[in-house]
Amino acid sequence: MTLTIEFNTTEPYNFPDERGHFGPYGGVFVAETLMEPIDELGIAYERYMKDPEFLKELDRDLQHYVGRPSPIYHAERMSRHFGGAQIFLKREDLNHTGAHKVNNTIGQALLAQRMGKTRIIAETGAGQHGVATATVAARLGLECVVYMGEVDVARQAQNVLRMRLLGATVVPVASGSKTLKDALNEAMRDWVTHVDDTFYIIGTVAGPHPYPAMVRDFQSVIGRESREQMMTQTGRLPNALIACVGGGSNAIGLFHPFIGDADVAMIGVEAAGDGIETGRHSAPLSAGRPGVLHGNRTYLMEDDDGEIIETHSISAGLDYPGVGPEHAWLKDIGRAQYVAITDTEAMEGFHTLTRMEGIIPALESSHAIAYAMKLAPTLDQDQQILINLSGRGDKDINTIAAREGITL
Amino acid sequence: MSRLTHRFEDLRQQGRTALIPFITAGDPHPSFTVPALHALVKAGANIIEVGVPFSDPMADGPVIQRASERSLAHKMSLRKTLELVKQFRTEDNETPIVLMGYLNPIEAMGYAAFCAQAAASGVDGVLTVDMPPEEASEFLELLKAQEMDPIFLLAPNSTEARIQKMGAMGRGYLYYVALKGVTGAGHLDLAEVEKKLKEIRQWTSLPLAVGFGVKNAETAAALGHLAEGVVVGSALVSLIEASKEHPADALLGITDLMSSMRHALDAAPGSSF
Repeated sequence: MTLTIEFNTTEPYNFPDERGHFGPYGGVFVAETLMEPIDELGIAYERYMKDPEFLKELDRDLQHYVGRPSPIYHAERMSRHFGGAQIFLKREDLNHTGAHKVNNTIGQALLAQRMGKTRIIAETGAGQHGVATATVAARLGLECVVYMGEVDVARQAQNVLRMRLLGATVVPVASGSKTLKDALNEAMRDWVTHVDDTFYIIGTVAGPHPYPAMVRDFQSVIGRESREQMMTQTGRLPNALIACVGGGSNAIGLFHPFIGDADVAMIGVEAAGDGIETGRHSAPLSAGRPGVLHGNRTYLMEDDDGEIIETHSISAGLDYPGVGPEHAWLKDIGRAQYVAITDTEAMEGFHTLTRMEGIIPALESSHAIAYAMKLAPTLDQDQQILINLSGRGDKDINTIAAREGITL
Repeated sequence: MSRLTHRFEDLRQQGRTALIPFITAGDPHPSFTVPALHALVKAGANIIEVGVPFSDPMADGPVIQRASERSLAHKMSLRKTLELVKQFRTEDNETPIVLMGYLNPIEAMGYAAFCAQAAASGVDGVLTVDMPPEEASEFLELLKAQEMDPIFLLAPNSTEARIQKMGAMGRGYLYYVALKGVTGAGHLDLAEVEKKLKEIRQWTSLPLAVGFGVKNAETAAALGHLAEGVVVGSALVSLIEASKEHPADALLGITDLMSSMRHALDAAPGSSF
């Protein structure tokens, strides 16, 4: 395996444009009633991202409430075992609420508060974004409604209880495939009905502009810290970044601050489910084509008629038929490469990290680990791979028990 | 002059309001759609909006979502919707047909292929819910080249600048969404609608059709005073759903509602715009 960067990194990278386009991707594809609230959000976002008071409050919360900066850990035993590149982990699993999601929900909730919105809504798949949203809503005393597909409500019962304990109303969504994409549809319907007092906290780098740029900017703290920490701890930048990609927020958060670094390869890992060739997967960048869904143009999993098809992954957080438009663009311009890891390979990644380093990763993050296990042995021992360990695996215990025939 | 413009002009001269039903193509079964379109025309429809089923109808309430699901369960698609319109056209060359749906099926077919096939099937207008004019320039050129009208939505919170833009880019008519919400929701406020329509008329001379929340003949008649057209969707689709196992009953149900609305609209004194 080789680390390839086809993109000329001396070219300026200024995306999106003012209407939210990453080349042909992104944009604003919503019904008329949402145009005004989206404009309002765009103006507020531009304003507060330049407001020193807002940024100070955000930084303070990230430090004292989330627990940032998250450490970078050198997985020495695992690196030795694979005998190739040195493997480093960015420990987003150590954040409050157990994943990277809170970086974004803190930012958006503070923005909601500045905009005078009193009601927060969110969609969730695995429940991590729902929990992270319910958490910040509880802290700020905002009403919170979380939409979640019926299928996900059943397979993520613990997170449903967490959200309810935090005071959120969890609404099971029974339409369509009853998973994350349908929860997103339902949240959009709620927003269009309550535009005056409601702020919609989208959990990933998808949706209409400004969401993909805004969520990226809130998550970029991951990459900014990583640059500094790698320089401090190792004296140089990593040769490759690896992150799992569902919607792609943890991956963009890690990648974005490195886009101009000529020697840093970026690898996004999609969910191959039962295998790309079976059609039962969640890998639009690897096996889909461009289309329009949820307010933006991006790669989608769809049939010949343009109907969105059902996805599959062992990991609920990757079980989504689209992907953030910036990933679509990074793929097309050759700045990042995208690969796919099956359920079975992800399980190997899960067990390997757990047994070798004493860290139980989320099934989402296990996809990134599994790919690193393939890549590391092909590289030299003085090369460095940085994996975004985007979440911890406690939430997945039931899924793993069921898969491995263990009765709890 | 397009079939849509022609139809609104005729109705204006007669002092009548356009009655515009919406049904989803292929709901509850593909064989239901063409007879239903003819029945709606007989019962007094002037223009028909034909819904193209989509897997993720984000702007629709539960009634029309379920219509899409029923339709897709029979493997309906944009292509098959066009075939149904073509079939309808063999017996009706007068009633304008507007396709209403989401962008992705059109993207999947390709803009040029879609526009050519839609025009050849006898489609007069296209309303793409999730394609605002800012993203539509290439598509609009192709639609116009095939002499089809792009229909745009306006909402209670549309700004003056957007009203001007839709007025300039729209053709046929503008569809005013009478409430903030999804299709079939809530209760519309006539005074608010009247106020907003007045504002819109300052910027455009296109006919205005009002929809979302029109549940019965009484509401339809009240809106008939305010607008050139009244759109009825979820109320019809609910009737189809209630008799989905009995197509003959569904046909009677939608015919009755359409007739009562036609009667109420025609009995109401002429509007003043």
